[in-house]
Formats: sequence, structure tokens, C-alpha cells
Amino acid sequence: MGRYWRTLRRFWSTALAVQLEYQANVLIELLAVAMSLSGSLFLLSLFYGPDQTLGGWSWAQALMVQGLYTVFDGMASTWLRPNLGAIVTHVREGTLDFVLLKPIDSQFWLSLRTLSPAGLPEIGLGLALLAWGSLQAGVVLTLPTLLMVLVMLLAGGLILYSLWFLIAATSIWFVKTWNATEVLRALLASGRYPLNAYPPALRLLFTVVLPVAFLTTVPAQVLLGAAGAPMLLAGLGLAVVFFAAARSFWLFALRFYTSASS
Amino acid sequence: MIQVDGLSKIYRVAEKQPGFAGTLRHFLRRRTRDVVAVQDVSFQIEPGEMVGFLGANGAGKTTTLKMLCGLIHPSSGRVQVGGFSPQRRQAEFLRRITLVMGQKQQLLWDLPPMDSLRVNAAVYGIPDGVARRRISELADLLELGEELTRPVRKLSLGQRMKAELLAALLHEPEVLFLDEPTLGLDVNAQARVRKFLAEYNRRTGATVLLTSHYMADITALCPRVLLIHQGRLFHDGPLEALAEQLAPEREVRLELESPVAPDALEGLGRLEQLEGCDVRLLVPRDQLTAVVAQLLDRFPVRDLDVTDPPIEELIGGLFRQGRV
Repeated sequence: MGRYWRTLRRFWSTALAVQLEYQANVLIELLAVAMSLSGSLFLLSLFYGPDQTLGGWSWAQALMVQGLYTVFDGMASTWLRPNLGAIVTHVREGTLDFVLLKPIDSQFWLSLRTLSPAGLPEIGLGLALLAWGSLQAGVVLTLPTLLMVLVMLLAGGLILYSLWFLIAATSIWFVKTWNATEVLRALLASGRYPLNAYPPALRLLFTVVLPVAFLTTVPAQVLLGAAGAPMLLAGLGLAVVFFAAARSFWLFALRFYTSASS
Repeated sequence: MIQVDGLSKIYRVAEKQPGFAGTLRHFLRRRTRDVVAVQDVSFQIEPGEMVGFLGANGAGKTTTLKMLCGLIHPSSGRVQVGGFSPQRRQAEFLRRITLVMGQKQQLLWDLPPMDSLRVNAAVYGIPDGVARRRISELADLLELGEELTRPVRKLSLGQRMKAELLAALLHEPEVLFLDEPTLGLDVNAQARVRKFLAEYNRRTGATVLLTSHYMADITALCPRVLLIHQGRLFHDGPLEALAEQLAPEREVRLELESPVAPDALEGLGRLEQLEGCDVRLLVPRDQLTAVVAQLLDRFPVRDLDVTDPPIEELIGGLFRQGRV
């Protein structure tokens, strides 16, 4: 375990060093995040006049959902996109061989090899938005709620990671899967509005098949006291199922890769 | 150290007709056919041996190498490397081997090699002190210095290859699989890499299996060669035997001061070409020195050059002659 921890620290310190090689890039990404966030806040404000609600959610509550979405989007930019996007390149250029010949778990390597710190401010902005929305919505924060929200965020992160990894792993067959991950990103974007804002059919889709609801709406409901232990368990259960699926799919894909590649 | 018995690999490949219609048909209904990449190959390599692996492009060298490292599962046959079955890719096995590919790199492009080396040290669980000592030893051998702290993208191809070798050897593997390690390097850089590999083998007693397009790599390093052609093992033995078998004659090119008649060259090897002052002769190996001496003695020679035909040509010639 110590070896994995030490490896992880080396992974991330080199990732940081790579980023700092390109100073301008960091600034540009920061600017892009600020613009994208103000854009989506403006879009959200269009739905709301004075005293209006969206699917039963007030402006302040909707801001909480938006904040949570921003957190996950930041997580995708910081962690998922740089790592899982590189799987395609590894497969196409054959450098996956180097990863597979290292005495370390290949999924660990591929999932945590790098970090893009440019996404971190987005996570910060998202948390700030969440805090501000909660304050406006009159949320009373207790230790149990805070813990529950944290667990939900972890579960949500795991679900998103597993989905993304599943799609990225298919590049072993299809080689090009950039488009598929873009679809996933668009789906994640559907999580920027409360679940109730969607028609029932989509609600079902976003809860069960592609559980975007568990990323944003449910944690907000937990904060608002509208979701309890059963939701929490459902979220955790889904996270475990998705992670197990991603893991076994990867092992299957590797078996295919090693018996088919040249 | 390496034991291979009846190793075969069959690929299923998709067939596509050219043109748009072909593409469409390919997309709708894939037709596949089986291609035999490696067929019934057997050999043994003892610990500490340096063995050259020869063959034309597509002969099955890389496929065999990848089966030996466990990157590809064999279709049939048995492989053992250091007592392990490679395809299981156990951590203990992976710690004992390394693969260097001349056309792919593992070093991080934007960072100095030192950063990649530190990552590898962590991955292989090498303590910092030990890693530092090994890096400085290997860097000495490879004649690498401040290059290790310069971003990889700013290194020359030769420097980069040396750094790749360092990264691949940091964990002191017992078995080295080298796939075209000198590809694209200039003559000096090739020579340095060769010198390093010979020295590394002498110092550590590591087993080395090396593929190369450059005959010079093989002649300099490998007393024993395996020649593979169309997936089958064709020759396993000393290089001299193969060279004589493949190229019993050497080519002598002459540039003379003045034109000569073909008769004048009678008895001096086989005349391949005579155009004015340019002469091309094929001379049996054992008569080479005598013939060259006579040539220099009898004719006003402006330039003389003795070459071995490129390995690809030799192998191609061999198979055209139907000696398989």
C-alpha cells in the first residue's frame, strides 16, 4: 500500500510540474471556467422571475444544484478528462504496453496518473456557490447532514468515474471514443438543473440508467432535509455497483487486448 | 532463462476492399481471415546470453517479443521466462523483465527524464537512496549528465533513447527485451547504445534478446542469432554461420582512373556491373583479401568499397533462392 501511495505522490507532483511548464495555459483555463460558470448562471436566471420556482425548486435551491454540478464538472476537468482521455492515446499509440508491463495495477495507473490543477478553482467556485445557495435557502447545517453530503459527493464521484472509465475502456475495441465521452459530459450537464425540472421519463433515465440525479439533485435534497438514509444507501449501492462493473469490464477488456493486439 | 516450445500466434484480421463501396461493405459486414504471425517456434536462451532476433518487417519478431513479455497471449505453445508464465503478468515477473521499444517512449515528453525516473522508482518500489545510486551508475555508463534534468522534448533522439534505456533498466531487470533500440539513431549514437548494452550485459549478467534492422547491432552484440521468416524459425546459431549462408559473397565497388575491358577482370570474382570506370564485383568471402590486393595492384583505383548487402536484402535473397 505504501508503494501505491508513494507512486501517487510522484504521479501528481509530475503532473503539477507539467502544468507549470505551460504557465499561459493555466490562466486561460481559469478564464474559461469563470466564463462558463457565469454563462450557466445567466441561463439559469432566465428560468426564474420574481417568486418563481422550477419543478418546485426555488432560485436559491436551484443554485445549490448548480453549485454541485460545478463541483462535479470541476472534478471531471481536474481528474477524469486528463486521465481517462489519455487511455485512448495509449491504445492508439501502443504506449499502453508500458503501463501493462509495470508491476502495478493498470487501472490505478490509468485512473490516477495525472491531475489538471486548472480544474481546481472550478471545484472551489462550485463549493462556494453551494454554500451561498444553502445559506439563501435557509439550510441549517448539522454534523450528520454534512457527513451525509460528503458521503453522497464521494458516491457521486465514484459513479461518474466508473461511467467514464467504462466508456474509455471500450477504446480497446473502437480506438476512437472521444465522442462517447463528450456525450457523457453532455449528460453530466443535464445535472445542472434539479431533477424535477425534467419530464418523468427523463427523470427515470437520470436516476436509474445514468444516475446523474445522484450527483447533484440528491445531495442538494440531503442538505435541504428532503432526502434521508434510504436515498443515501441507494446512492452508495449504485456507486459500488458501477465501480464493480467498471473494474470487471476493464479486466475483461485487458484479456481481449492481450489476446488480440499486435 | 527463456524457454519457448511450439509457440504460435494466429490473428484474426478484418479485410477491407479499397474505395468507398469497400468501406461501406466493411462497415456493414466485416469479413475476417486468419493470419498466422508466428508458427511453431521453439528455442531456449540461457541466463546471460545476448541473442539477436532477425527477420524482415512483418516476420513475427515483435509478436514473439510481446508474447515473451506477456503483452500478447499465445494461440498455442508454451512460454516460460525466468520460471514464470509471462501471460499472467505477475508483479514478480514484471519486476524481472523490461521492454524497450525504439519507436515508442515511456518518458514524459514535457518533463526532464529525472521526473519519469522518480515515478518509475516509486512504481517498482525502489528506495530513494538506491534509485539515486543506480541512476548515477547507469548515467555514467550511458554518458548522460545534465540531459537528465532537461525536458525530454528538448533532447536529441540519441539522448532520448539513452534516457529511455535508463528508465527501462532502473529496476535492474534480469531479462531485457529490446525491439529496435537503435532505430533512427545516427551512427555514433548507435555505437554508444551498443557499447552500453554490451557493458550492461557484462556487468549484470542480464539476458538480452534484441531485434534490429541494423546488421551492425547484431554483429557487435550477439554471438547467436535467431532468424524468423514468415512466422517460422529458420536459423538458430552463430552469426557467422548465418552470414556465410546468407551472403557467401561480398560486394566490391571500384572506381577506376580509366575504363577497363571486362576480360581484364577475369578471375577476380563475379562481374555484376561494368560501366565506364565503375565496377561492381561479387567476391567469395574467403578470397576477399586476395582479390582486393590484386585489384589495387593491377588497376589505377580511385576508390574502393566493400559492403555487405543490407540484412533485409540478404534474407529476401535467401528466400527467393528457395533455400527454405
